[in-house]
Amino acid sequence: MKKSYQSLEDNSTNTMIQVIYRKLTSNFLNLGLVFLLTFSTSLIAQEGDPVKGKTLFNTNCASCHKLDKKMTGPALRNVEARLAEEQGLDREWLNAWIRNSAGMVKSGDAYANKIYNEYNGTAMTAFPQLTDQDISDILAYTAEPPAEKVDGPVPPIDPNQPPTGGVSNKLILGALAILFALLAIALILVRQTLNRFAEAKGIDIAKEDKSVPIWKAFAQNQFLVLVTVIFFLLASAYFVFGYLSQIGVDQGYEPVQPIHYSHRIHAGDNGIDCKYCHSSARVSKHSGIPSLNICMNCHKSIYEVSAETQQEGLDEYGVDYNAEIQKLYKAVGWDDAEQKYTGETEPVKWVRIHNLPDFAYFNHSQHVTVAGVECQTCHGPVEEMEVMYQYSPLTMGWCIDCHRKTEVNVKDNAYYTKIHEQLSKKYGVEKLTAAQMGGLECGKCHY
Amino acid sequence: MSSNKKYWKSVEELNENSSIVETLKENEFVNEIPTDEFLGNKESLESSSTTRRDFLKYVGFSTAAASLAACEGPVIKSIPYVVQPEEIIPGVANYYATTIADGFDFASVLVKTREGRPIKIENNTMAATNGSANARVNASVLGLYDILRVKSPMKGESEISWSELDADVTQKLQALQSSGKQIVLLTQTFASPSTSKLISEFATKYGNVRHVVYDAVSESAALDAYQAKYGERALANYDFSKAMTIVSVGADFLADWQGGGFDSGYAKGRVPKDGKMSRHIQFESNMSLSGANADKRIPLTPSQQKQALAKLYSMVVGTSVSTDLPEHINKAVQSAANELIKAGSNGVLVTGLQDVNAQTVALEVNAAIGSKAFNPDTPIKTRQGNSKDVMALVADMKAGKVSAIIMSGVNPLYTLPNATDFKEGLAKTELSVAFSMKADETSTACTYIAAAPHYLESWGDVEMKKGHYSVMQPTIRPLFDTRQFQEALLKWTDNDMTYREYIKDAWGTSILNGSSFNKAVQDGVYVGSIATETTTTGNTTAIEPGEEAFQNVIDDAVGFVSAGSAARALASAKSGSMELQLYTKVGMGDGQQANNPWLQEFPDPITRTSWDNYLTISAADAKELGLVNEYEATGALNGSYVDVTVNGATVKNVPVIIQPGQAKGSAGLSFGFGRTAGLKDEMKTGVNAYPLYQNFDTAQNVTIEKAAGMHEFACVQLQNTLMGRGDIIRETTLEIFNTKDKEHWNPIPKVSLNHIETPVTSPEVDLWDEFDRSIGHHFNLSIDLNACTGCGACVIACHAENNVPVVGKEEIRRSRDMHWLRIDRYYSSEETFEQDDTKKDEFSGLWGDKGSLGGFGEMENPADNPQVAFQPVMCQHCNHAPCETVCPVAATSHGRQGQNHMAYNRCVGTRYCANNCPYKVRRFNWFLYAQNDEFDYHMNDDLGRMVLNPDVVVRSRGVMEKCSMCIQKTQKTILDAKRDGREIKDGEFQTACSAACSSGAMVFGDINDKESKVAKLLKDDRMYHLLESVGTKPNVQYHTKVRNTTEA
Repeated sequence: MKKSYQSLEDNSTNTMIQVIYRKLTSNFLNLGLVFLLTFSTSLIAQEGDPVKGKTLFNTNCASCHKLDKKMTGPALRNVEARLAEEQGLDREWLNAWIRNSAGMVKSGDAYANKIYNEYNGTAMTAFPQLTDQDISDILAYTAEPPAEKVDGPVPPIDPNQPPTGGVSNKLILGALAILFALLAIALILVRQTLNRFAEAKGIDIAKEDKSVPIWKAFAQNQFLVLVTVIFFLLASAYFVFGYLSQIGVDQGYEPVQPIHYSHRIHAGDNGIDCKYCHSSARVSKHSGIPSLNICMNCHKSIYEVSAETQQEGLDEYGVDYNAEIQKLYKAVGWDDAEQKYTGETEPVKWVRIHNLPDFAYFNHSQHVTVAGVECQTCHGPVEEMEVMYQYSPLTMGWCIDCHRKTEVNVKDNAYYTKIHEQLSKKYGVEKLTAAQMGGLECGKCHY
Repeated sequence: MSSNKKYWKSVEELNENSSIVETLKENEFVNEIPTDEFLGNKESLESSSTTRRDFLKYVGFSTAAASLAACEGPVIKSIPYVVQPEEIIPGVANYYATTIADGFDFASVLVKTREGRPIKIENNTMAATNGSANARVNASVLGLYDILRVKSPMKGESEISWSELDADVTQKLQALQSSGKQIVLLTQTFASPSTSKLISEFATKYGNVRHVVYDAVSESAALDAYQAKYGERALANYDFSKAMTIVSVGADFLADWQGGGFDSGYAKGRVPKDGKMSRHIQFESNMSLSGANADKRIPLTPSQQKQALAKLYSMVVGTSVSTDLPEHINKAVQSAANELIKAGSNGVLVTGLQDVNAQTVALEVNAAIGSKAFNPDTPIKTRQGNSKDVMALVADMKAGKVSAIIMSGVNPLYTLPNATDFKEGLAKTELSVAFSMKADETSTACTYIAAAPHYLESWGDVEMKKGHYSVMQPTIRPLFDTRQFQEALLKWTDNDMTYREYIKDAWGTSILNGSSFNKAVQDGVYVGSIATETTTTGNTTAIEPGEEAFQNVIDDAVGFVSAGSAARALASAKSGSMELQLYTKVGMGDGQQANNPWLQEFPDPITRTSWDNYLTISAADAKELGLVNEYEATGALNGSYVDVTVNGATVKNVPVIIQPGQAKGSAGLSFGFGRTAGLKDEMKTGVNAYPLYQNFDTAQNVTIEKAAGMHEFACVQLQNTLMGRGDIIRETTLEIFNTKDKEHWNPIPKVSLNHIETPVTSPEVDLWDEFDRSIGHHFNLSIDLNACTGCGACVIACHAENNVPVVGKEEIRRSRDMHWLRIDRYYSSEETFEQDDTKKDEFSGLWGDKGSLGGFGEMENPADNPQVAFQPVMCQHCNHAPCETVCPVAATSHGRQGQNHMAYNRCVGTRYCANNCPYKVRRFNWFLYAQNDEFDYHMNDDLGRMVLNPDVVVRSRGVMEKCSMCIQKTQKTILDAKRDGREIKDGEFQTACSAACSSGAMVFGDINDKESKVAKLLKDDRMYHLLESVGTKPNVQYHTKVRNTTEA
């Protein structure tokens, strides 16, 4: 009992967020089933355990097989029954195939060769370590009926519809406005009523002396005028300067990309290292936009996201993630049904977000590899960004600020040994900043 | 006092009756400006609804709108690879070893590629024996991105496909094969074992195939002489580093003599070591690079050279010939002969005379003295042309004996002296195919233009010297629908192999001896144990059809084996009244790269003139003929025109430059200019000298007649002499260098401090407090004036590395050249610089014989046979830089590593810095030179801009620029070391110029690394700084030039 429970736990932890897993109810059903089976296992050895089977399937088979879809290898739903029906092949054949498919192909088995050729001569990995019990577990898992779709029809989403959070804010503001209006009206009414009372009581409200209107008094006071003019001039200078200095500063630039790529899912939820895709950041001045073959390393098997993720995308971001994956397939020329490349590619024209001007030289490898700066230091919390945007201002002041504060990472770097020792002695500091190392010199970035 | 001198702006003004001159005098504009049309009609003006105020409003609004709109950043798209090639990392350069072999230049090179684009040519340091990249080779990468390249095969004017061309050609060839007429392959020198094999296979298939090798600038005489003596058709190979006495008779071996590549060996022997250096005596008519570098130079006409050579031979070998040389030359020849005899095996004699007798005699002399510099084991294979064969071919074509001609790498309609005959013959062929990168003079006259790839897109192999191989591999996919000659031959011989497979196959069987082909491709070079048999047999089978002519040559040559009779024949050489010496310029060569703006703008090392060729003539002859060189008020140079006639062939309107050191009675004219087809209008400069190149002899008797008008030159150096300012170029003789101490020949300038003479280098006399530069790197560039031959490879390398724009002839004429690195050339006003110094020192008072007023005027004029000195000058990166203190916006500042930084984006273009620079190395961008139709050079088209280095910004209009000491390269070296976590070794730091310098004159490095070469050079006795007395403390060192004037 305890053992089976553990395996359930394994199941849920193993499942990544976008991989479909069945509803809790079916898990409970399985639990019951397993409960029964744990007692019967020793009795009927040939009966497979679908729960164990699932674990085994996920560890051994899932990289090439899906239950309902052709991948590197054929779809495996009801494979045993199907083979028995269509080809008249029994469990023995399957056992032999799983443990040594290459051997069977070589031995000239007709169906083995057919399959081998159908899948472009890709030999299936041999699994001699699988026991008969393991195989029957896996087969039991493949023999399970498909889980029902959890979600109903997808609610259509109006992309123009403002997010709900915004609505409530406006409502509150509107209510407040009405409140204030009512208050103002009430005050006016009160004043009128009081006036009427005064009139009725014959009280004469003292009229103020006919005095100079305020604007005239202001105009006559030269000092005030001067001060005001200076104030306005300074203020406008401040704003003009502010306006001008933000020209070309595109902090927060968040363009719409041809493929909606979510850094949140990839870097955040799945914890993929930035440099897995942006590998050239380690050695080159460019971090590099990953070429599409990098995407296909994973997306060859991940052809759709889990239902939850899909729903989340639709609800919160108005994005159909599965459709975005299809865009990738189209661009890279991948025929998902046939599981092969068509050769017709349409390179993706991404919109570049971080645009340093030509006259500024920036080298990623200096910062990433040598200094060991985290990508997030400049690019912000990318792992939380559904849509990538420019986090930092990328102005020279911003660069220099960092160079002034950041200590040079000299650990285990023979290049720095001598110069760091001499310079730190000269400046009388323990650790040098990038600026002290010469990181503020014009020619280090402008050439 | 007013001058009566008449100035004119154009040739037309000389014509008194010219109507256009009259018109222009009267009116500023030739055409009336149609002001009446829009102002005269009052009605329409009044009825117009746009008032002046409205107009101003529109202008104001649109200006504001435009400037506001400009604030919006553009949307920039980035397109990654779909499948990224494994070897490409965006932002990281890859280097490939390959080989240039265009028939004129042969060198093993490294190609730097960025994101798959070749952007720079560098020296392949593994290929020490295969020559190094000269200025043209450095510039050749730009030829890849030439917008005028033929983009697909053509039949006449229309584009066709390769399959159509294949079908047409093979069908025709088969038809001709049965008809029994001659099929001719006219090619450049490939020096390729595989191509030779392939051509012989082609000959076997079609029969009656005749392969003629044609070098535009022929070395046929030298080949014949060598073949007669050593039985191999090749050129003698010399290693000048092994020679202590070098005598050259008309051989410009520092430029293109015998294919060039001798300068690094020469330079090695020129640097004084243990008190010794080589001695170089040059007999020549034109002032050449070799003559400029010589210790002793004797100007004499080509016919006198022949006599001198005969006399040298007779004295060294011990026969007697009678010559009628003038006394001073006779004496010089005698002393040269004595020196050669004294040097024995340490001497060497070379000659550039295109005469079998002369070449035979030179070989004989070297054999007689047992010259160590001459290496008979590794003769040079990069010239194979046979001028007799070519002449025979032209005659045969004219006679209609040739039915088909297939050409590759040649342009005979431009380069042949009898191009009209060739054209006539070409019209009589039934099939003519030209493999060419351009729709040039020849290819447009052929039936088919077979679009050929650039060498950076081709496969190939070259046997540079016997047993020394070099591999050519593509560094980029073909940009256009091109196919190389060899691929086509494979196709036409029904061979399914690619040329790469073919080479691999051929190498595997005959060259490699079991070593790896891939390794050879990676290295770019392969040195075999001995030359292979197959190559020679390959050659003979290929030439077989033309064997008759071939045999004749051998017979002729054998007839001359008696060197004594050769010398007698030489001695009887008769001189004409005026002799023309044709030559090639280091910047243009044979003219293949005439559409290369870098090379057009490259100033000739001697005349410092770009965008032209010209007749060089001595001052005495010029006076006789009434020819002048004048300077305009702007400082631009003008020169007279002449018509030059050789044997009835006339080249009209050749501009004249009066050349100090030109032998009286001789004139010089360079090949490579005057192209008319396949190049942009801007590049159609100069005159074509090939019609004068009769019988492939570079020396011709000539008549020169003055023609009307003045030519406008683009000359970048108007100050010709040093005027006794020995401080700029320091010179001494070997004797003084060996015997006196440094203080005598290389003193540090002194200033008076409290009436005590103090060296300017001491801190007390300095205006500034010294910054502590002892920590980190401190870069220095060292330039040895003894090793620098002035070849100019560094100038082009700098262009390529730093995206230096080409500004065009007009701008150069206005002294707006942009070269970050210039090579100043100075003549002496007396015979030697030393005499200059003495003369200047002896000035006393203003007037009189030794008066400075007249004296300085005299010193402006170079001597008839001046001493010459070259001095590369770039930003000196002064530690106390005068430019930095005057910049109002702090756009230029100093780095701790010794580099003077220039922040272009900060510069506002006041040009104060340029005014305050004592070295005049700062360059101002007067215009936008990129994407501007007014400057239609490579930066004006998408293709040409592919050559730009992405690590260096392209400067815009209105900013100052200058040498950065290749900070992008030093920073990259530092970053690589940091990433690997290691210290930097000496030699890792390089600038573009120091890396391009094959003579070892430029050494770059970190002087804080006490073990480095450059740190040691800083302590050398010969070291000095340019204008040290100014106290700028430059980071560029110069090394005093030492001349070996010791007569034997």
